[in-house]
Amino acid sequence: MTDTNSNQLIRLSAAQLAEKLAAREITSVEVVQAHLDRIAAVDGGDRGVHAFLHVNAEEALAVAAEVDAIRAAGGAAAAELHELAGVPIAVKDLIVTVGQPTTAGSKILEGWHSPYDATVVQRLRAAKMPILGKTNLDEFAMGSSTEHSAYGPTRNPWDLDRIPGGSGGGSAAAVAAFEAPLALGTDTGGSIRQPGAVTGTVGVKPTYGSVSRYGAIAMASSLDQIGPVSRTVLDSALLHQVIGGHDPFDSTSLPDPLGDLVAAARLGNVDGMKIGIVKELHGEGYQAGVENRFNEALELLKQAGAEIVEVSCPNFQYALGAYYLIMPSEASSNLAKFDGVRYGLRVLPEEPPLTIERVMGATRAAGFGDEVKRRIILGTYALSAGYYDAYYGSAQKVRTLIQRDFEAAFAKADVLISPTAPTTAFKLGEKLNDPLAMYLNDVATIPANMAGVPGLSLPGGLADEDGLPVGIQLLAPAREDARLYRVGAVLESLLEAKWGGPLLDRAPELAASPVVEPVETLVDAQEAK
Amino acid sequence: MAAINRDDVAHLARLAHIEMSAEELDRMAGELAVIVDAVKSVSEAAGDDVPATSHPIPLSNVFREDVVGHTFTAEQALSGAPDSDENRFKVPAILDEA
Repeated sequence: MTDTNSNQLIRLSAAQLAEKLAAREITSVEVVQAHLDRIAAVDGGDRGVHAFLHVNAEEALAVAAEVDAIRAAGGAAAAELHELAGVPIAVKDLIVTVGQPTTAGSKILEGWHSPYDATVVQRLRAAKMPILGKTNLDEFAMGSSTEHSAYGPTRNPWDLDRIPGGSGGGSAAAVAAFEAPLALGTDTGGSIRQPGAVTGTVGVKPTYGSVSRYGAIAMASSLDQIGPVSRTVLDSALLHQVIGGHDPFDSTSLPDPLGDLVAAARLGNVDGMKIGIVKELHGEGYQAGVENRFNEALELLKQAGAEIVEVSCPNFQYALGAYYLIMPSEASSNLAKFDGVRYGLRVLPEEPPLTIERVMGATRAAGFGDEVKRRIILGTYALSAGYYDAYYGSAQKVRTLIQRDFEAAFAKADVLISPTAPTTAFKLGEKLNDPLAMYLNDVATIPANMAGVPGLSLPGGLADEDGLPVGIQLLAPAREDARLYRVGAVLESLLEAKWGGPLLDRAPELAASPVVEPVETLVDAQEAK
Repeated sequence: MAAINRDDVAHLARLAHIEMSAEELDRMAGELAVIVDAVKSVSEAAGDDVPATSHPIPLSNVFREDVVGHTFTAEQALSGAPDSDENRFKVPAILDEA
């Protein structure tokens, strides 16, 4: 395979790859190898993207070869292959996988191998989608920049000195850098959508309970949701369809399916739809270039036949505060299991006595990073006697108020629209020592998690002042994820017509590492970290 | 609501089983005070008549048949443990015998 062909393959969408694979114009082995070569070329080194914590070359190629053999043999087995069979994918390293390490971006799980696959991973395997590897994240998905990863930050492919968003910066950057056509993320307060916004990619937080959380290492169980990361709206719908649906291993899993999301993405029609601008989710505090691209998107939707209405969600002003009480409370409880007994790191205290309590204290001190410690302490505080009612109890009431605001807004509009994040990608290190400034990145994405409603972020163009990607967020009522794909597909095609092609075509060409390491070496290097 | 101070953080760190150095306690107390101050308006947002929401989409009575299903072998369950012996997790002393 020539370099030119390889470069063309990595730029195809998942839907295009699926079509060419089904027509046997290309093989899955070629596709997987092209992505592994790309990873080897742009991911490593001092100025590499560093989207991957582990590269799963051998298994991915084996799955690809199996799919190719089935297709070549034809007959019933070939006919039964899933539409995405042979299309590779990257998986956020918060999601457990057999045969590959799972670190959650933390030293406390360094080198740990899960004895089971997450439900979503089982579904990828059932669809025979080769898994390229595990992507970087803020430790235990706590952060908005991927700088809180214990294994070093991921860089934004648009500007290697900037953050790729977080916590799922690895998944978003991998897709933006053409290292993978698809990826899985998790979204507790915006960890799929905000990285999507700042890397010019698509990310979807599904309705709470519509994708199984079994095997996603929990941060805040009532907020966490696994979802798709891709370069096109249709690709996210295709992946969402693979991973969604009821799972008896997750007691919060919704019993009924969501309907045909792929058909919604292909339908793409907003004529007569009411699209609500949330008064509280733009304007003050939002970068001018973000606001400009947002207004442009509204204009395009209006021209396509949508009716734009304004809605007000006054209680959203409390969403960030309530989130930073509920999330740490649940996280402090969920992370209690990392105690140096059942898995991962065990650190012995320097001085005797050697009791289990002191081993736990030393293990958690050495194994957790600063942001994780901050959230555990904050959560322990919010749940402690005397403060519980004022903090955790009040935050749960705010959750009710936010749900009521959404209900009122959805009585007036079919979907809501806002910028995904208040700013474009900031510089690495810029907000690292100011936790509160970091938290403000999620101000527009958090309300959806608090209410369990689905949200989608798609590229809205480049900000005038810095030339960096801006994200547009769509929100729909619970279980109405199809509306996101329907509206998202329309907006995407209108914007691409305006730009003359996908936004990522304008991203700077990533320089290949001076020496292209063979994939095996890269795998060893990543494992050795 | 009271502000969070260094003694509070030291107490909470003990409850959460995280050893912290003096420097860490100082820094954490300062950072948490800022965060707690930023979230305190939450307690004034809702009146007593507003019910709490613990789960975004509540489901009730999620049960399954009481039959043995998916289980790990002892070997699988112990595969990631820092220490094990005779098919059990091995831990340091539970009680301080010093």
